[in-house]
Amino acid sequence: MDVLTHSLGSEGVRMIVGLIGVIALVSVNALFLIWMERKVAAHMQLRPGPMEVGPHGAIQTVCDAVKLMGKELITPEEVDKPIYYLAPIVVFLPVLLTFLVIPFSQTMVIKDLNVGIILILAFSSLSVLAILMAGWSSKNKYSVFGAIRSVAQNIAYEIPLLITVMSVILMVGSFKLTDIVVAQSRYWFILVQPLAFILYIICATAETNRTPFDLPEAESELVAGFHTEYSGMRFALFFLAEYTNMFIVSAVATVLFLGGWHGPILPGAIWFLLKVYALIFLIMWFRWTFPRVRFDQLVTFAWKILIPLSFVNLLLTALALKIF
Amino acid sequence: MINYFKEILVGFWSLLAGMAVTIRYFTKPIVTVQYPREKIKMSPAYRGYPRLIIDPETQTHRCIACEMCARICPSQLITVEGIKFPGEKQKRATKYVHEHYYCSLCGLCTEVCPTSALEYSDEYRLAGYHREDAVLDHLVILQLRQTAAGLPVTAIPSAEEIAAAAAAEAAAKEAKAKAAAAAKKPQAGEEVKE
Repeated sequence: MDVLTHSLGSEGVRMIVGLIGVIALVSVNALFLIWMERKVAAHMQLRPGPMEVGPHGAIQTVCDAVKLMGKELITPEEVDKPIYYLAPIVVFLPVLLTFLVIPFSQTMVIKDLNVGIILILAFSSLSVLAILMAGWSSKNKYSVFGAIRSVAQNIAYEIPLLITVMSVILMVGSFKLTDIVVAQSRYWFILVQPLAFILYIICATAETNRTPFDLPEAESELVAGFHTEYSGMRFALFFLAEYTNMFIVSAVATVLFLGGWHGPILPGAIWFLLKVYALIFLIMWFRWTFPRVRFDQLVTFAWKILIPLSFVNLLLTALALKIF
Repeated sequence: MINYFKEILVGFWSLLAGMAVTIRYFTKPIVTVQYPREKIKMSPAYRGYPRLIIDPETQTHRCIACEMCARICPSQLITVEGIKFPGEKQKRATKYVHEHYYCSLCGLCTEVCPTSALEYSDEYRLAGYHREDAVLDHLVILQLRQTAAGLPVTAIPSAEEIAAAAAAEAAAKEAKAKAAAAAKKPQAGEEVKE
């Protein structure tokens, strides 16, 4: 350890430990979330869900992951090879990077950057690029459709997302995630910004391409959308990125609205994870309740309702801050 | 403008109503069963393959091997064999095989049975790996059900027992015929005399 600290500096050691922790968290989280999704879906349909492998099917997803690793990596003949190979990596790396600034507790944050929230928003929008790369290079009409829809959708929903986040930033006066959480030590921002919270959750659902906004990968229309031509671990990376994205948007919502690590009795990190998984449950709950929207409805909803409402919310916040 | 806000509020309310429905179902108990291991209770109206009734008094089947069922079966799927054992009044089934794979579940066999020995079963899991899995030996099935219910198991007579019973029956028949002949002879003699 001493040698490590000497050659890398304490910051370097922190980064390496954090990276290992993040990779572990990402994989365990994805396995858990897939299991959880199947369980939530099953129980909403009065079924038990996976029950065979392990207690209540707990290691079912581990088996699925092992199966995916064993699958052949098929590369269709006419794909644009460099982009095709790069897309799964591009979708996964930014997702990993955003964990850099997420504060699991007061001290459990790898690097507390003063541009934290901007970094997360910037990197999570990179996933659109990866989806476009995957869809375009696959040489498959369904993939291209999925990718195009994804881009249109993400452009539409990025704007209200940023504006709602901005109204919280206005209250705190800092982009640093730990500052935002510390500012909520007296009350959670969901109490003063309920509209912003609702708007954020809607936009986050759209950002992560989850039902009812799952047009980029609508199974009933587009086979699987942008990842139709991917198999084996390349497909698994897209899947992993999707579920990790869900964790990230929920983590950001926890930081912005639900008071981050604040909570009685239990340690901060546990509170943080509890809130994150409660939000993920909410997003899964959406999936098994709402049918998929039509594309025109999707875009109309973003431009005519979400964006005006988020602007109104921002204006009201600014006004309230000026008066009080 | 009022319509715009009304639409948003009504839409939001409908979303909440939908979520209330799903969360209510989320908390309800599960209705499915784990297929190969768990079994559901069928309604009394369910008509599975016909099987032998366990008589509540004798705790065994009532089949007298009259072969009525075998004869009425439109697809001729039933094979019944039976024999009268020494000391018993009626014949008893020694073999009852039902080739269920062609069975149309018409139920004529249960209708025609003079001793009402057959009933519809509640068995609904009929999948098998071979055609032979659908050949039902009802005496074996009866034994299994008796074991499950904790009743004394009705033994299936072995080939030797059947042969012995057949021999005994033949001997009894012969003795009877002889006796009849013996009883008849003097009468005939008398007639001759006249």
